[in-house]
Amino acid sequence: MSTDLGSTAAAEAAAAADPSEGGFDWRHFLRTYAIIGILLVFVVALTILTKGTFSQPENLINVVRQVAAIGVIAIGMTFVIITLGIDLSVGSILALAAVVATSLAQKPSDRMMYAGLDLPIILAVLGGLAVGGLLGFTNGVLIAKFRIAPFIATLGMMTTARGLALIYSDGRPVSLLEDPYNNIGQGSIAGVPIPIILFAVVALGAHMVLNYTRFGRYVYAVGGNEQAARVSGIRISRLTLVIYTISGVLSGLAGVILSARIGSGNPQLGTGIELDAITAAVIGGTSFKGGIGTVWGTAVGALIIGIINNGLDLLDVSPFMQMVVKGVIIVLAIILDERKNA
Amino acid sequence: MSEFVLEMSGISKSFPGVKALQGVGLRVRPGTVHSLMGENGAGKSTLMKILAGIYSPDEGTIVLDGTPVTVADPRAALALGVSMIHQELSSVPELTVAENIFLGREPRNRYGLVSRKIMVRRTREIFDRWEIRINPRSAMKQLSIAQAQMVEIAKAISFGSRIIVMDEPTSAITEREVGHLHRMIGQLREAGTAIIYITHKMDEVFAISDDVTIFRDGQWVATKPAAELDRDKLIALMVGRELTDLFPKEEAPIGDVVLRVSGLNRGSLVRDVSFEVRRGEILGIAGLMGAGRTEVLETIFGVHPAESGTVEVNGRQRRIREPRDAIKAGLALLTEDRKRTGIMGVLSVRDNMSVAALPRYSPQGMLRRGSIDEACEDQRRRLALKTPSLNQLIQNLSGGNQQKVLLSRWLLTLPDVLMIDEPTRGIDVGAKSEIHRLMSALAQQGKAIVMVSSEMPEVLGMSDRVLVMCEGRITGEVPRSEATQERIMHFATATAHHTTPAA
Repeated sequence: MSTDLGSTAAAEAAAAADPSEGGFDWRHFLRTYAIIGILLVFVVALTILTKGTFSQPENLINVVRQVAAIGVIAIGMTFVIITLGIDLSVGSILALAAVVATSLAQKPSDRMMYAGLDLPIILAVLGGLAVGGLLGFTNGVLIAKFRIAPFIATLGMMTTARGLALIYSDGRPVSLLEDPYNNIGQGSIAGVPIPIILFAVVALGAHMVLNYTRFGRYVYAVGGNEQAARVSGIRISRLTLVIYTISGVLSGLAGVILSARIGSGNPQLGTGIELDAITAAVIGGTSFKGGIGTVWGTAVGALIIGIINNGLDLLDVSPFMQMVVKGVIIVLAIILDERKNA
Repeated sequence: MSEFVLEMSGISKSFPGVKALQGVGLRVRPGTVHSLMGENGAGKSTLMKILAGIYSPDEGTIVLDGTPVTVADPRAALALGVSMIHQELSSVPELTVAENIFLGREPRNRYGLVSRKIMVRRTREIFDRWEIRINPRSAMKQLSIAQAQMVEIAKAISFGSRIIVMDEPTSAITEREVGHLHRMIGQLREAGTAIIYITHKMDEVFAISDDVTIFRDGQWVATKPAAELDRDKLIALMVGRELTDLFPKEEAPIGDVVLRVSGLNRGSLVRDVSFEVRRGEILGIAGLMGAGRTEVLETIFGVHPAESGTVEVNGRQRRIREPRDAIKAGLALLTEDRKRTGIMGVLSVRDNMSVAALPRYSPQGMLRRGSIDEACEDQRRRLALKTPSLNQLIQNLSGGNQQKVLLSRWLLTLPDVLMIDEPTRGIDVGAKSEIHRLMSALAQQGKAIVMVSSEMPEVLGMSDRVLVMCEGRITGEVPRSEATQERIMHFATATAHHTTPAA
């Protein structure tokens, strides 16, 4: 027969040879939960190296607070990567959302624009989310309708949105914000910093969406085999639109969190954050081959990044060296990913 | 000098689970056209791929002009004077015609650099000699399929090979170009080149062949001068297998028409296709490779939109633009290529099984995980699915069990019409008979089943009625009582000129 029988038959044999029958799959368990072990190893090692400073509650809370923005974006990135996409524009969308939201949240007396406007803070926040959603939706249209590769479409958006942020803010940070806005980044509820609460809510929501809704199962199905998903009745382009919109909204939220934390909407915010988000998703077990990834894995991945950043700071490692360390970690994570799917 | 330019003998080749060739021989005289005939899977292409160095044989010898040779790879084959034109075109679309022809052996100028000028000049010489009117500087991707095919042929000729293998060279080209190709073959033959020609088209075989070798199920059947054969003799030799393993469909009451397809068209492989299927009926669609059977199912299901034609389900006309519409209309399609369009490898058995039926199990978008588990467990029991758990990744199951999961995927959508493309391809004998038993049971439950199959025993055993396709058209319809291999093969090789009206 022709080649295709040959190759099907070979694939058959390979599948049959796989250890599949019976018993608890320890290898699978270890590969899935190894990340938690790695997290613990980092915590213990840094505690020892910093003679306890690292494990002080204030420091730990600080780590999570700092990681909230990356974590929120990484969760959106997880959806995107599961469906075999990538979103490079998250950092720039973050910046545009930040300058828009902060421009709506300035003290009426100190407004750079919209003189005299006095809006409830919630509208400023929604403005940031809406900007993020709109740009994410645009990414989705480029990818789903115009069939542009996600890498290219979001690369274009990365430059465009950064430019828009600079134009909108005239290249200057938008500062002197109303206190309730700053509170989003600096305040606490019942002793828990608000960024951490937001991160937790987003993570929980995303986990529920992926595991308890039809949409969530479709995300995995499309990543697992797009053609099969289409034959199974899934509207791929609609799903793509939704996914990039989610990533955009979450980037917008990260923009609000970050700008509120530092009390100013800087158009240069979030530069390079896409790499941290991708790293978090990948060390959390999200596969670049699609169909695999969990929200909790990504959240742990984000924590690991935060811990590395914080620990290296405490240990007085130079920022340049920190870049090298992070680079090595992302490559190691990808190697693990390759192994997993071998 | 031997009488034969090529002697292959005792060639065997196995792929995991399949004996593609069993001790096959072939002897070709120089300056002749030698056609290879046989059903799908008879082993023609495999044998030629061994000759061209793409596969290596498990056993057997190849003798060229009296010298035993081993053909390690395609490059070695070319060096030995054997070139092959493949069924699937193998050109690089971004390069020019000339660059494709000299791919891997680019002529160099006196500075040792690749010279496009020489390439183009030499290409032009070849084209002029063979009356091919294509600009050597055109990008390959700008050519029509027929033109690309001519370039492939010119490339094969340009090696000056003593043996040229052509694997269905006319499947994509027009009548006029076929004539041109046949003239080229005539000239090559006069120059002493041996042509080995694989085709499904009877007309061609008799028009150009000197000798014909027939294969069946990986075995050599006969080699005869074309002059001693006619159409009926050839068909008898191709199908003359004894039907040892039958798959009888169990009796099922046949009811109303469920699916009616009228005047369906899409491209060259779905041409004016009309048929209907009734409740409880299994309709087989037979035909040779590339006859358009898969395309008909895919067009009905909206995988590719139809250009014209209507689909009625239960008497209601349905507009199907994408598979989702088809599923809503009560259709299901278990595709031919499990890996490409079937399984989602890294997902669990549960996810794979439930994906198409999720709208039923998730009102307002929220999953009813309990009901999904129940339904999947139920399927697992009924289909005797072998998997340690529903959480197992489907890629870890055997082919037969994967096929059962995919069957379940569609059963959970409660379809009225189940279309199955090659229901048992690449799965072992045990799983095969289980799938057949399931299909019978489904028909008895009142489902209408449309089955595309390339396995003659499966077609004859399972179908209540067989449609036969050739070149995108339905060329014959045979009821179960009259279905024989010869009849089906007769219709399957009926070219446009002598289309026989449906029986």
